[in-house]
Amino acid sequence: MPLEFSAQSKQLIDRLLTQYPNKQAALLPVLHVAQDQFGYLPDEALELVAQMLELPPAHVFGVITFYTMFHREKHGRNELLVCTNVSCMLRGGYDILRYIEKKLDIKAGETTPDGAFTVIEEECLAACANAPMMICGNDYFLDLNEKKVDAILDDLRRRWQERQKMEAPGGGDPNRRTLMGVGGPGTKTS
Amino acid sequence: MSWQDAKDVKIVTKNFGVDGSHKLSVYTERGGWQAFRKALTLPPAALTDEVKKSNLRGRGGAGFPTGMKWSFIPKEARTVYLVVNADESEPGTCKDRELLAYDPHLLLEGMAIASYALGCKHAYIYIRGEMMREARIVQAAIDEAYAGGFLGKEHAVGTGGNPFKLEITLHRGAGAYICGEETALLNSLEGKRGWPRLKPPFPAVKGLFQQATIVNNVETLMNVPDIVTKGGEWFARLGTPKSGGTRIVCVSGHVKKPGVFELPMGIPFRDIIYDVCGGIPGGRALKGLIPGGSSMPPLDANEIDVPVEFDALMTDPRIKDVEVKPGVPFDMGGGRKLKTMAGSGGVVVFDDSTDVVALCARIMRFYAHESCGQCTPCREGTGWLARVCTRLAKGQGEAGDVELLANIAHGIAGNTICPLGEAAAWPMLGFLTKFRADFEHKLRKAA
Repeated sequence: MPLEFSAQSKQLIDRLLTQYPNKQAALLPVLHVAQDQFGYLPDEALELVAQMLELPPAHVFGVITFYTMFHREKHGRNELLVCTNVSCMLRGGYDILRYIEKKLDIKAGETTPDGAFTVIEEECLAACANAPMMICGNDYFLDLNEKKVDAILDDLRRRWQERQKMEAPGGGDPNRRTLMGVGGPGTKTS
Repeated sequence: MSWQDAKDVKIVTKNFGVDGSHKLSVYTERGGWQAFRKALTLPPAALTDEVKKSNLRGRGGAGFPTGMKWSFIPKEARTVYLVVNADESEPGTCKDRELLAYDPHLLLEGMAIASYALGCKHAYIYIRGEMMREARIVQAAIDEAYAGGFLGKEHAVGTGGNPFKLEITLHRGAGAYICGEETALLNSLEGKRGWPRLKPPFPAVKGLFQQATIVNNVETLMNVPDIVTKGGEWFARLGTPKSGGTRIVCVSGHVKKPGVFELPMGIPFRDIIYDVCGGIPGGRALKGLIPGGSSMPPLDANEIDVPVEFDALMTDPRIKDVEVKPGVPFDMGGGRKLKTMAGSGGVVVFDDSTDVVALCARIMRFYAHESCGQCTPCREGTGWLARVCTRLAKGQGEAGDVELLANIAHGIAGNTICPLGEAAAWPMLGFLTKFRADFEHKLRKAA
């Protein structure tokens, strides 16, 4: 079945389009909307976006491969962005990354088999004064140590399991991500 | 005025620690949007003059005089855009994220004043894609400012002054350090790959959507309301002769109390490390520091008495010259020999337990990862630097590797469209100059 934007996504995109003098400029925000809805950006999603913004699909493909936040594979429900750049490195960022890899039994760049977590080694995330740190969704986790990581992962996993239970009978996809960030409800266009 | 006199002045962090500082109600209670009302009673050109008088210099990295930049907008320009660079990604830098989270309305007010001065009717904030929390906070602030009548297509905020209409759009990036470079940012905002453009034409003449455009950093614009309220001269007096105001410094690495601090312009690094940040933990000795984000040549422990100020860091005789081959450009276009720079205010301190070669290798891997690939010297050179530096750090270096690193860096600097090439070459040559013994020691261990 071909992919389609939900009514909510469509509404969001309509509003986004009013904020730029041409359709192409809305490409990044619309790709964010698409990835939020579909969880990743398969070929069908790129074609859908290209069609909507009247752009060649090759252009859309060329753009998504330039930016690290757009991904072509499904990621876990929780994306852990772990910083290992200089400030974090000096305060044990690599130890934190290795600890998370060991605990989840995956390497950076991989997703746990149950789809709960994807671990990404990130470049500087602008929280250098609170190194080592990581981001998951809207949350910054600062001044990390192994004990804190244990608590964070347990909490994220518990919430993921609850969500799965809630969504299971209706057949919802537990990996579907909520709409977040710019263009969310309440975005003002004029 | 010496830097000690400006010790307690807070401009952009004045609302830090105040409950609900990100809300419009709190912001207006504390005098917010008054500067904007005052600005609207003045002719636009007078505001640019005031900013010129203030000696405000760009806080994104290059330190270009803000008022002068504003005055580059051609008189005949019909459409003018203001773009805020909130793409903070330079390793060691964590100021704009906090400024956005704590005081988004101060940014919006700064943008409104700048837009009025420039004749801009639609301004964009380009925020780093990973900053989802800050994007939500800023969007909420924009919504409040629309509802409060400060922004909007239909609103003419008269308040006794000149009529004015401004739309502000928040635009999220998607993970690319290079988009912090202003022309790459403009391409990204236009829905393209974030490839830097050749200059000229400069954005002030042909920028966003081919129109006259000013790109300013978050902290830069947040200084503008106080410049309007208290005057350019007041602001200029706070700083050093060529750069006015205060400076946000974010200190990380091996200090007891890392953090984001608003400090007087010209405070020496020694005071920042030992007074403001409580010194080095574990009684260890200082080995060196990165003064303004990872793209800047480092300083060693003997060079920390220089003041944190744009010009001093480029010229102070107490800083050792970075060793470069004759004929290799090593300046920032002004014909001055570049020693190091105040950059983005990101100070990274490292003690004597640090493996400096491994630290340098990590920096090189960052620039190799983030090179956009447009220019061959940068695309190939940054990866080469990262590979050679990493093998040295692992104790697997080969004879001639130290010279090879210098040669590669010389091949990149000055040969690329944008400064990302320099951002890799400068710290590489800087680390080789200041910590050469560490590199040679690694090589001896490998042999």
